[in-house]
Amino acid sequence: MKWDTCDPSVQYLLHLGDDALVLGHRLSEWCGHGPILEEDIALSNLALDLVGLARQYYQLAAQRISGGCTEDHLAYWRSDREFLNHVLVEQPNGDFADTMARQFFFDAFHVLQLDALQHSSDAELAAIARKALKEATYHAQHSADWVVRLGDGTEESHRRMSAALARHLPFVEELFTAAAVDRVAFERGWGPDVASLRASWLELVGEVVAKAALSLPVVAPKLLRGKQGIHSESLGFLLAEMQSLPRAYPDATW
Amino acid sequence: MAPTVDLEARFLAYVAAENKVEPKHWMPDAYRKTLVRQISQHAHSEVVGMLPEANWITRAPSLRAKLILLAKVQDEGGHGLYLYSAAETLGTSRDQMIDDLLAGKAKYSSIFNYPTLTWADMGAVGWLVDGAAIQNQVMLCRTSYGPYSRAMVRICKEESFHQRQGYEIMMHLARGTQEQKAMAQDALNRWWWPSLMMFGPSDDQSPNSAQSMAWRIKRKSNDDLRQEFIDKTVPQAEFIGLSIPDPDLKWNEERGHYDFGAIDWSEFFAVVAGNGPCNTERLEARRKAHAEGAWVREAASAYAAKQSARRPAAGLPAKPHAA
Repeated sequence: MKWDTCDPSVQYLLHLGDDALVLGHRLSEWCGHGPILEEDIALSNLALDLVGLARQYYQLAAQRISGGCTEDHLAYWRSDREFLNHVLVEQPNGDFADTMARQFFFDAFHVLQLDALQHSSDAELAAIARKALKEATYHAQHSADWVVRLGDGTEESHRRMSAALARHLPFVEELFTAAAVDRVAFERGWGPDVASLRASWLELVGEVVAKAALSLPVVAPKLLRGKQGIHSESLGFLLAEMQSLPRAYPDATW
Repeated sequence: MAPTVDLEARFLAYVAAENKVEPKHWMPDAYRKTLVRQISQHAHSEVVGMLPEANWITRAPSLRAKLILLAKVQDEGGHGLYLYSAAETLGTSRDQMIDDLLAGKAKYSSIFNYPTLTWADMGAVGWLVDGAAIQNQVMLCRTSYGPYSRAMVRICKEESFHQRQGYEIMMHLARGTQEQKAMAQDALNRWWWPSLMMFGPSDDQSPNSAQSMAWRIKRKSNDDLRQEFIDKTVPQAEFIGLSIPDPDLKWNEERGHYDFGAIDWSEFFAVVAGNGPCNTERLEARRKAHAEGAWVREAASAYAAKQSARRPAAGLPAKPHAA
């Protein structure tokens, strides 16, 4: 990216924006293909909220970078090595249980993260978080409802939901492992100590999982460095698709 | 037999006097069948119509464009829901209608069997396809069947926003780089004739038109709707500097309308018969989503059944006294 900046808050805003954009993008892949029309519409709603949230973070970052940088420069002209999202959110949609497991784990984290960010010392960031918390709370309710419905539905749905939780759980530890971007944010009072969110997350998630007659297996966390720009192989394809038009026509505006 | 004749005559007089028919009213069986066919086709068109546009959601070239397109395709899903509900008031279940679609028994608008090849197609689909749909739907706001008419009023409000966003994309491309302008013209070239075919064959070739007019389901002829659409759209194309791909198109002062070239109906009938460029893909995509969603729908029903079994019956105390 040609937009170098010495404002350290930019990296943090990009990290927050990248989580929202990448997960929103994944959810938007369901549009037209959902398991039932009502849920197709609901998944698009989640995607709209998240991409909308990404825009707010990117717009703020772009203002602080200045020099004509826009939200679209940040979304379309950074490579996968410059994206700072958690590896969890870029995981492919899989079946509906996979999508819900990914969403459920992220939503529980997102609610706690935004709850802390509303008290950020960065007033502009706090304002974004206050608005987003309402949406994220609804998302968390929606994904928890599905985890319960699928866990306590049929034998097949129980088996699929259980497998999906097990598949996504190894990605969770990264949410609570501070990288440089989190440490700077915590030191400056912009964001929470991510490790401190772990206990509340376990409580939120544990309650729903128990209600769903499911359990969280003991898994070894994966070694993940998404917040340092080291991702799974799937992010490159996601970005190649997402960024294809602006990169094919670099002189055009849309 | 006499009472039926009498009822039918009264029904015709009732709709002729611009009264709305409601679900519990008596109606001729053929009227009911026609409406189920038409409303379910319309619902299927909304749902299948999500696919060609969803094809570009992940490649929208700006975050703003991505949000607008996603919201638009989502609206179409919502229109599908209202329309399935309107059709259900006539006594056919949504499951039955969807089974008919997936079995290839029910039709949907043939326009969605064309591929969306470039970003400009998002402009052309919004501008032309939604534009043609609105022409028809504005008429349907006054259709004789109450639930259908009310659904259309709601849908028309959203569709006019869709058409504006499509035109906005075209305008932006037409004023962009050479490549963008070429992309916009190419999309117009590919979507123009299929859009004109959306109104259906000429009235003398359209077997159901006269009956639908008498029932006040339909209020304008296919040819009149098509002419209105052309008259409205040609100046919009001129305004953004794009050419309509019809050498015979010219303003007829005497008629006060544009004259236009002959439509190739053999193409229309080939697409209706299932041989359009994407008929197979569209139906396959719907079948796949339906099949892969089956376990989710079953789980949701099973969970709902368990929940209602767990809940004490309404009106009874939560803990009934031991007998």
